[in-house]
Amino acid sequence: MKPSGFLLSTLMHDRGGKIFLTLLTIVAVAVPLLNMLPETSAMHVSTYTVTLLGKYLSFAILAIALDLVWGYCGILSLGHGAFFALGGYAMGMYLMRQIGDRGVYGDAELPDFMVFLDWQSLPWYWYGFDQFWFAMLMVMLVPGILAFLFGWFAFRSRVTGVYLSIITQALTYALMLAFFRNEMGFGGNNGLTDFKDILGFSLQQDSTRIALFMVSTLVLALVYLLARFVVNSKLGRVVVAVRDAEDRARFIGYKVESYKLWVFVLSAVLAGIAGALYVPQVGIINPGEFSPLNSIELVVWVAIGGRGTLYGAVLGAVLVNYAKTYFTGAFPEIWLFALGALFVLVTIFLPRGLVGLLSKMKNKNNKTGSAHETTG
Amino acid sequence: MLLRGNESRTGLFFINLNAKIMNIFSSILLAFIFFLLNPLSLYAQPDADDPFVVTIQQLTTKNFNKKSRILQQLEQLGDPRVQPLLQHLLDGNLYYRKKDKLMVTAIKQDDEYLITDVTTSENLGSVSKRKLKKIGINNTLRKQLREAIAKLSLAHDDAAVRLAAVQQLTENMTLDSVSLLRARIKSERDDGVSEAIHTAIALFDMASDDKAIRLQAIQALAGSLQPIANNRLNALLAKDSQGQFVEPDKDIRLAAKTSLGEIETRLKLYQFIETVFFGISLGSVLLLAAIGLAITFGVMGVINMAHGELIMLGAYTTYVVQLLMPNYIEWSLFVAIPAAFLVSGLFGVLIERGVIRFLYGRPLETLLATFGISLLLQQLVRTVFSPLNRAVETPIWMSGSWEINGALSLTYNRLYIVIFSLLVFAVLLLIMKRTSLGLQVRAVSQNRKMAKAMGIRTGWVDALTFGLGAGIAGIAGVALSQLTNVGPNLGQAYIIDSFMVVVFGGVGNLWGTLVGAMSLGVVNKFLEPWSGAVLAKILVLVVIILFIQKRPRGLFPQKGRAAENS
Repeated sequence: MKPSGFLLSTLMHDRGGKIFLTLLTIVAVAVPLLNMLPETSAMHVSTYTVTLLGKYLSFAILAIALDLVWGYCGILSLGHGAFFALGGYAMGMYLMRQIGDRGVYGDAELPDFMVFLDWQSLPWYWYGFDQFWFAMLMVMLVPGILAFLFGWFAFRSRVTGVYLSIITQALTYALMLAFFRNEMGFGGNNGLTDFKDILGFSLQQDSTRIALFMVSTLVLALVYLLARFVVNSKLGRVVVAVRDAEDRARFIGYKVESYKLWVFVLSAVLAGIAGALYVPQVGIINPGEFSPLNSIELVVWVAIGGRGTLYGAVLGAVLVNYAKTYFTGAFPEIWLFALGALFVLVTIFLPRGLVGLLSKMKNKNNKTGSAHETTG
Repeated sequence: MLLRGNESRTGLFFINLNAKIMNIFSSILLAFIFFLLNPLSLYAQPDADDPFVVTIQQLTTKNFNKKSRILQQLEQLGDPRVQPLLQHLLDGNLYYRKKDKLMVTAIKQDDEYLITDVTTSENLGSVSKRKLKKIGINNTLRKQLREAIAKLSLAHDDAAVRLAAVQQLTENMTLDSVSLLRARIKSERDDGVSEAIHTAIALFDMASDDKAIRLQAIQALAGSLQPIANNRLNALLAKDSQGQFVEPDKDIRLAAKTSLGEIETRLKLYQFIETVFFGISLGSVLLLAAIGLAITFGVMGVINMAHGELIMLGAYTTYVVQLLMPNYIEWSLFVAIPAAFLVSGLFGVLIERGVIRFLYGRPLETLLATFGISLLLQQLVRTVFSPLNRAVETPIWMSGSWEINGALSLTYNRLYIVIFSLLVFAVLLLIMKRTSLGLQVRAVSQNRKMAKAMGIRTGWVDALTFGLGAGIAGIAGVALSQLTNVGPNLGQAYIIDSFMVVVFGGVGNLWGTLVGAMSLGVVNKFLEPWSGAVLAKILVLVVIILFIQKRPRGLFPQKGRAAENS
């Protein structure tokens, strides 16, 4: 088994990755166990917290997806939220179809909002979403195809740097406007919500939520390994070369466009998967997910964690989102101030993010990875 | 010695100046007092020689024939007070006070009557009904009054009043009113009013017995933009329940059809003009929003995601200026424009010196940092002014609309903003092409090192350029405050559009920004009726995304040496 051997050897050299995967395993085992403790216990983790953690993990997958294109390929996408939301919508459509006749209007075929809008039949693009396998296929295919078309046009005409960032932002903005329209058939302003169950398990049940959380940890680990495999492969090396000196890579004879396109599509598919994990745990998907602000926030997670490391992206996503949950609860006024200041300070003072800061400190103190433990 | 001499000279100068100021001041004061007194002298003391007063005093007579003669006299007077008086008489609101026979208008309020002096328009408080005597009229007088009022309105100095009078007459045409209109048309100068009169006469002639006159009238209606003409012509083509034409004459129907066709073509033409105007109006807003960006992004190559928030600061400056000068709303915009320029410009310089300076050559990081600044500014505004929208008042000279004809009217605020945006564009172009700052900016943007070697303080130029772009964003905010809600999210709505305009037009090219903004505005407005506002916007975005793929450097790409760096 050559790939697995290769994977193992790369993991051996990936210190941060080892620590990250160990922590992830501990979390994946400990959290459900702690959740089973009686509620009176001080160590009890409520199901609400478990779901919240599951949400963070899906964000972490999204952050890895962005780190692939930004950290390793130098493409700053300000529209990755669009791929995330598309994956989420695909999942949401499956969950919508699972409601069946338990909706407010009791229509076996049509979701509530379509009955409300007086639609007579299911639009063609909703066909097949009652099948889980089809929905999962779409979770990956729809963002992937969009990324392929977009990237194919953009990279071939050598749109790079800031221009690319701005048109990716325009892309997610256009999609947001489109999904806000009721005529699109995706629930308009309200989006898709009121989900009942997934694969026959009720979404309200604690056991389902725990299972979703565990699936999220598993997927995160797999995504991390896949991304690590990609960036350490020969292809990954070329991608890094494209990031550092695009023209030189092109003159040496690599098809720069193809490499970029490949990474971009892979990243979009991963973002779609993250969205599909996000929706059942949060219970709603609406066009707000397409808002350019979300995509930019995502960029700041990666920037804060440290781009080009993969585990840095995970660290940033979890930390920033934890801070967001805390601040919006405790001091809602301060959150945007804090986020804005983070953008400015990190870009000026921490160009390599927290991971860069940690490794710098480590080099200074010449101590072993204890610093990782405390922040992870 | 020297000192004293200087002192005395300055002293003299001040005295001189004081005298001058006093002079100006007193003449202003005098003019003001005169202005105050002038209407008083006309109205406050009813003059026994005032023919108006003398004539209306005779209305107290009970003899209707006499009243009729008095009314004729009044009509000849040419006094502006006559027409309202006749209207009051017709409405039965004209009374005289029993004790001194003073003519008043009375409005019933609770049990009392609120009376106003007819001559001076002075409010005389409320009195009981017993103290008043109504001026009675009969049907003959009523008819005479209506005609007199119509005739007076038709001769009124204000074209709008004349137009309203004609439209009033059109509703219910009689032989008398037609002869009135026929008399008026000879002396009418205003195009709109004379068109309305022609329409009215033609509408009357359509009901004539003479076929020739009818045909002529129908032809005269061709191209009339009044809805009533359209309706009447359509009525001629209507069919009854048996499927037979209501109008038996075939020639008349044919003529009506031709005239209707012509009306339709004209309406379509004006609709087209209106859409173009809306497009240009939207384009000018885009131009204002994007032109500051064209400087910072296009010339300096700095991505400023906080540009929208600088626009928002300009809009809030307008709001604050209006709070500071609540009694001079008419003038507030003229104060707000330089104020907004300074406020946003200052913020711009701060942003450049505080953040962007450290990030030159790292465009992606600049993008992120300025985005953080935009969040900070938004939250700042939310904390200081509340997250709710603030109401910015529109001065009277900017409200209302310019009615060109029945089918086309342009609102003044949009009209002024179109002019304003072009002015700003021209000024900016002058600054960039004709001043030494512009020269230095262009030099730095083309070759920073060489410019530095020639002695240009590049850091200083960067700060000023960024400040200029930011200040213009502030000015855009003043204009936008007249069109949309002023809230913390004002800027976000425009940032993506502005980037699209700059990228579409070609980076580093102000003319490109102008063409880009105008064409995007017009295309958007032409797509809207066909596809709806949101879909139009999406379509435009998609088209631009595709366009950038095809021509990554925009409509007007930079050529030569400047292009090499970008």
